[in-house]
Amino acid sequence: MGMRVVMLALLLVLMPWQGARAAEAGPQFPKAQGQCVEDAGTMRRHHFDFLKHQRDDTMREGIRGAKHSLKDCVSCHAAHKDGKAVPVNAPGQFCAACHDYAAVSVGCFTCHATTPGEGKP
Amino acid sequence: MTQASSRRDLLKGAVLGAVAIAPGLTLIAPAAQARPAGSAASAANRWGLLIDTSKCDAGCTACVDACKTEMGLPALDRPATDAQYIRKVDVKDPKTGHQHSLPVMCQHCAKPPCVDVCPTGASMKRADGIVLVDRHICIGCRYCMMACPYKARSFAHEDQSNQKAHNPRGKGCVEGCTLCVHRIDAGGRPACVEACADTGRAAMIFGDLNDANSEISRRLSKQASSRIRADLGLDPAIRYQGI
Repeated sequence: MGMRVVMLALLLVLMPWQGARAAEAGPQFPKAQGQCVEDAGTMRRHHFDFLKHQRDDTMREGIRGAKHSLKDCVSCHAAHKDGKAVPVNAPGQFCAACHDYAAVSVGCFTCHATTPGEGKP
Repeated sequence: MTQASSRRDLLKGAVLGAVAIAPGLTLIAPAAQARPAGSAASAANRWGLLIDTSKCDAGCTACVDACKTEMGLPALDRPATDAQYIRKVDVKDPKTGHQHSLPVMCQHCAKPPCVDVCPTGASMKRADGIVLVDRHICIGCRYCMMACPYKARSFAHEDQSNQKAHNPRGKGCVEGCTLCVHRIDAGGRPACVEACADTGRAAMIFGDLNDANSEISRRLSKQASSRIRADLGLDPAIRYQGI
């Protein structure tokens, strides 16, 4: 009985600290410039659907200028260091940070440019 | 009408399109219009090229170099496997000894055999006649490379880097000339045509084969032209003169 009380007390003492730790945990990545085309929650949940939908529209139908473009993701979300853009798939950067954390392997960047503008650095 | 306003009208005309100085003769060719954002490629257009091989110089590789730069194709100095969207072919008539040189790229056939053989639907023809590889679903089987009578497609054998944003390309996919679809959608013309006009001998014309008033259609209606391997009945969008 005494042991149980001690355990409970310990748990109660440690809980707030655990909570604080949970808030800090998760992937950290550089802040984007500007406003996203959707709110953050929608993007977190659906960005892959948006990208896949639009890629087919653009590639196969030739529809350009729609708002869910991978090029636009890269142009807002690529961080800059020493005047040069950092690839979005580099460790700790926007795309890689979450995908590494969630153990999701993305195929986008075997083909697509990872920095804004003309091409990869 | 005041003088100032008539000058403005003339400028407006120049910006909007052609300045006709006589019927059938235009001083400034009308700029191709970019398709409005959100609209799909239309079957009302059929993009094509007319290549005058009598102007094409055997030593000139302006179109090939421009293509490599535009599409971000690396030169690994391995001719057997390096990606090439356009190449120069030197031909000679053995009877007469007459030689000439011509650029050959994807012929953007109306009935493309590469599309017929593709098992996944990656090889495709867009509504405006441009034949493309959808690399999202290409499995790299290379049937299309074997089916193409023009040897127009390449295969990316290795991991790629330094891709251009408008030409994503990666290992394990087949690729070929896109007729610079990214430029056409923005109202431009292919990089090879531009380079040929700027640094070559202006042997190539780009335009809409479905538009009777386009420069290419007007030339084709008046002058003889031919297609490579016309006997196959594939109806290519690339036409040649002088072969």
